[in-house]
Amino acid sequence: MAIRVNLITGRTIQQGVSMEAGKEKPAYTAACGIIELDPADFKKLGAFRNTNVRVTSDYGNVIVKAVEATQGPHPGVAYIPMGPWANMVINPNTYSTGMPTFKGTPVTVEVAKNEPVFSSLELVRKGCRGELA
Amino acid sequence: MTKTVTDVICPFCGTLCDDLEVVVSADNKELLEVYNACAIGAEKFLHSQAKDRITRPRMRQEDGSWKEISYDEAIEYTAKILTDARKPLMYGWSSTNCEAQAVGSEIGELVGAVMDNTATVCHGTSLIAVQDIGIPSCTLGEVKNRADRILFWGCNPAHAHPRHMSRYSIFPRGFFTGKGHKGRKVIVIDPRPTDTASVADVHLQIEQGRDYELLNAFRVAFKDEQLPDVVAGIPKEKIYEAAELLKSGRFVIIFFGMGVTQSLGKNHNIDEAIAVTRDLNEYTKAAIMPMRGHYNVTGSGQVWGWLFGFPYAVDLSRGFARYNPGETTSNDLLRRDEVDAVFVLGSDPGAHFPFSSVKKIYNLPSVAIDPHETPTTEVCKVHVPVAFVGVEVGGCAYRMDNVPIETRKVVEPPEGMMTDEEFLRHVLARVKEIQGV
Repeated sequence: MAIRVNLITGRTIQQGVSMEAGKEKPAYTAACGIIELDPADFKKLGAFRNTNVRVTSDYGNVIVKAVEATQGPHPGVAYIPMGPWANMVINPNTYSTGMPTFKGTPVTVEVAKNEPVFSSLELVRKGCRGELA
Repeated sequence: MTKTVTDVICPFCGTLCDDLEVVVSADNKELLEVYNACAIGAEKFLHSQAKDRITRPRMRQEDGSWKEISYDEAIEYTAKILTDARKPLMYGWSSTNCEAQAVGSEIGELVGAVMDNTATVCHGTSLIAVQDIGIPSCTLGEVKNRADRILFWGCNPAHAHPRHMSRYSIFPRGFFTGKGHKGRKVIVIDPRPTDTASVADVHLQIEQGRDYELLNAFRVAFKDEQLPDVVAGIPKEKIYEAAELLKSGRFVIIFFGMGVTQSLGKNHNIDEAIAVTRDLNEYTKAAIMPMRGHYNVTGSGQVWGWLFGFPYAVDLSRGFARYNPGETTSNDLLRRDEVDAVFVLGSDPGAHFPFSSVKKIYNLPSVAIDPHETPTTEVCKVHVPVAFVGVEVGGCAYRMDNVPIETRKVVEPPEGMMTDEEFLRHVLARVKEIQGV
């Protein structure tokens, strides 16, 4: 079962702390390799909390862990903290403003239980070498 | 024996807190404890002490592994890719001091680079709007001492600027705001009920991406004109109420963040937010301020403002400064393959640019100057570690309200490590040698 949601990104305090502690560390992946979903959307998706999911947009896809919204409720809106995971799927078009459209990307979320969430360095490296699915 | 350094400036966010206390060892070599900082600021100070910190420049080898190189070799590589390139991109500049930004600008002028800072993915659209219609702003001191109506639009300072609310905007008691929190009314406009919204008197849970409509509705409501029943997911009664709350204040301050700058509408959202501020001044005193992210992104805008006349996206490739966001901005240049070398200092585009842009950096001659190991160092050919500005070297930084504050050195950098400014001065000298000027 896949659901359609509107994806936004941004800072969380966990993202900030783990970023300053080192983006190569597992804490950064734990803080940013996630998607915050509303309980109602979890129900539609038919998934447990902390399940790995594939997030797909017109611009790319990425595996992240689905967690319950910390700043909710916000049904229909999903949140990936700013970082390499979010940037795999956000809309890179600037529409002549210089600013990529980091907020408001329609995405599909589907369960991908057995797929791994890569660390930030791995994700970027594999992406650059074309080793991602 | 240890000693305590007081009045330390925090080099994390644009709030630039200036009341930290840092405990260091007697020989100034070790940083032991940090007081008064938020969780992120404290982590930044403590991370400088990480045992696994990279202390020497390194170059990526054919097989993907790193090889340690000397600073001289790193300087040579950097000078060479910049002088060889027809149009290099020199990006970042927000997590460093104004002194380094000035030296970097001189290099940029010599090699005909495009100079861009992190505003390009942050408040760049705000800068466009300011040039469109101007900005009635103020300092954070005025906010603390005068503001009794606080509006946070599309920003979540509880997470992104953790001490902003306690130092300036919601809680402090100031000269004319003796009651602190009790004397202020707080409005938060955000598509999520955030931690910031939880301390607000009014939270309008706007439909994501409908900021322009709601801002426009506020302007209508100020004039008591007719609104449709629902705007941007908010019933009109609530909009009239919030508008009245703002009008009834003695001093209104609007803080805005990425929620408005990065959503569709971009600079036009900010145009409208500034127009709301202007309209409010018909009834009371109102000001507006962007919540700047990096601690010295404002400073790089200032330095380029006085050197080139433009705050970001400055194209020097024709020998004079051109500025055209959408054309001379990093992501547009990278996506259109218009740059042939990438130099990054004091920022992490590898983590914070759309992946389509990151991939382009990977395929170009590239150097990253950064104390940390980051996704940017992962895709660049050479990584040059440097001292942390604001921790291991001082220098000037500009707070989000354009107030310059001199950051302080509290601890010695690891033996033999260069600062941003030293490294850039060497690169500048080498560029001049190569060009014979």
